[in-house]
Amino acid sequence: MSLHRLTIHELREMLDGRQVSAVELTRDVLQRIEKVEDRVKAYITLDPEGALKRAEASDAELKKGTGGPLCGIPFSIKDVLCTDGMRTTCGSRILENFVPPYDATAIVKLKAAGAVLLGKVSMDEFAMGSTSENCAFGPPRNPWDTEYICGGSSGGSAASVAADECIASLGTDTGGSIRQPASHCGVVGLKPTYGRVSRYGLVAFASSLDQAGPLTKDVTDCALMMNVISGHDAKDSTSVDQKVPDYRIALTEGLQGTKVGIPREYFIKGLDPEVETAVRQGINSLREAGAEIVEVSLPHNDYCVAVYYIVAPAEASSNLARYDGVRYGFRDRSSDTLLDIYKNSRSFGFGDEVKRRIIIGTYALSSGYYDAYYKKASQVRTLITEDFKKVFETCDVLASPVTPTPAWKLAEKIDDPLSLYLSDILTISANLAGIPGISVPCGFSSAGLPIGLQIQASHFQEEKLLRAAYNLEQRMNISHLRPKNL
Amino acid sequence: MKITPQEISHVANLARLHLSREETEAMALQLDEILTYVAKLNELDTRSVPPTTHAISIVNAFRKDEVKPSLPRDKALANGPKQNGEAFVVPRVI
Repeated sequence: MSLHRLTIHELREMLDGRQVSAVELTRDVLQRIEKVEDRVKAYITLDPEGALKRAEASDAELKKGTGGPLCGIPFSIKDVLCTDGMRTTCGSRILENFVPPYDATAIVKLKAAGAVLLGKVSMDEFAMGSTSENCAFGPPRNPWDTEYICGGSSGGSAASVAADECIASLGTDTGGSIRQPASHCGVVGLKPTYGRVSRYGLVAFASSLDQAGPLTKDVTDCALMMNVISGHDAKDSTSVDQKVPDYRIALTEGLQGTKVGIPREYFIKGLDPEVETAVRQGINSLREAGAEIVEVSLPHNDYCVAVYYIVAPAEASSNLARYDGVRYGFRDRSSDTLLDIYKNSRSFGFGDEVKRRIIIGTYALSSGYYDAYYKKASQVRTLITEDFKKVFETCDVLASPVTPTPAWKLAEKIDDPLSLYLSDILTISANLAGIPGISVPCGFSSAGLPIGLQIQASHFQEEKLLRAAYNLEQRMNISHLRPKNL
Repeated sequence: MKITPQEISHVANLARLHLSREETEAMALQLDEILTYVAKLNELDTRSVPPTTHAISIVNAFRKDEVKPSLPRDKALANGPKQNGEAFVVPRVI
């Protein structure tokens, strides 16, 4: 039996029923990695021995009946979350040999729930990108067709889940970086409300936008992971002290009485007709599940890319000032003054896209330009947030495409930063407003590439969002499909 | 507005980056393109709109000022490219 193909909830039942051991399961997933990894290239760091040790410990706990909700389940982790004793590169040469001295809070929680960490997966350098091609160690591939990008920046997370090189993954989303690769790889990906999941130990890109979240094989697994990683953390002053419900309970109901808003501005010019068809079919399924469909408007959405590409680089230019070649990371050994250490270490250590965003951010924050760029963008951010507030007075969730097109070929857009930035136009607003959003598989392009449907909800309304996502999944009945040629 | 390579060099220095001449010229063109796009924000009148500084409305997060265990020195220094067991070592600054 192909254990690696199964979900968390299926495997937990089998582990509890002693039909399979955690060691058997971990071995099976490691064999799968060995078989397909040279084509998918999802992992930056793989720790088979550590994983098997964790699996043995999981088996002991399962025997005693003390195993947590994720006990014995093999996970991959985006290489931007600190793992104690396990190299954390952020996809960057500057952190190529960085071994964190502590775990991120989300990792502490996964481990406490019994998760088996397989290793760290590929991403755009410092999570800056939409294709994972900005990874200093080579890009991961789309398991549905390895000529195509898997999306980004949590590309390794999405690819490893779609290729069954793990059972589930933890990624991060600053402007769509969980939802977009989930959509391109045909898996479920949730960006929680800002403050729902602790950012402690998540290497910062844009601190007012970053949020960690699950990439899973189905919506039930997503809910199970949210139960584990959510909650207040004294070590992250922006995490919110709000009760964590059992998200799995939210999945048991239908959509009678639920109003689903369709934002007219999300069906933009340039939206691929195949994406539109798949998403419209998904919306029909929501209607069949009992939802009332209403058209709504988010008039300022068209400005979200412009706001984001000021706010995110501004925050990044400040956050990435810490890479100075002094306390951790790469140092240029030939430099003999402090200023040269800074400049030479950073110039060698950072890739082109990271440099580009540092330059944009530094420019926008520099003397004389602050009001024109950063302040202006922050004001328009308020308008975007108010649009959502108004819309959620009239509907429960929003349904839309995740990305304007299916995945494209590797290297196709690598030299055109603005066109890449514009491909984020349907996911960025959620980060600017701090609301949750999920991508759920809803169809395929004629080339056989997956297409996702995005559901967004108001702050801390993940239950509504997961309920709609679950109903959609049940009706579409495609979440179990896997790439044939891998 | 045109971004000049000189402006890029100035900003790169502020950001403690060295850029080659080719990088500087390419960056000037790309930044110009991006800022031209961003200028669409000026279509909106935001004179009475407060800026967003935080995505969700939370007030100050206070905690008790208690001493808790922190990272031991050897672990904190372990990733330092150059250190002497007590501190990170850099070339003489003054």
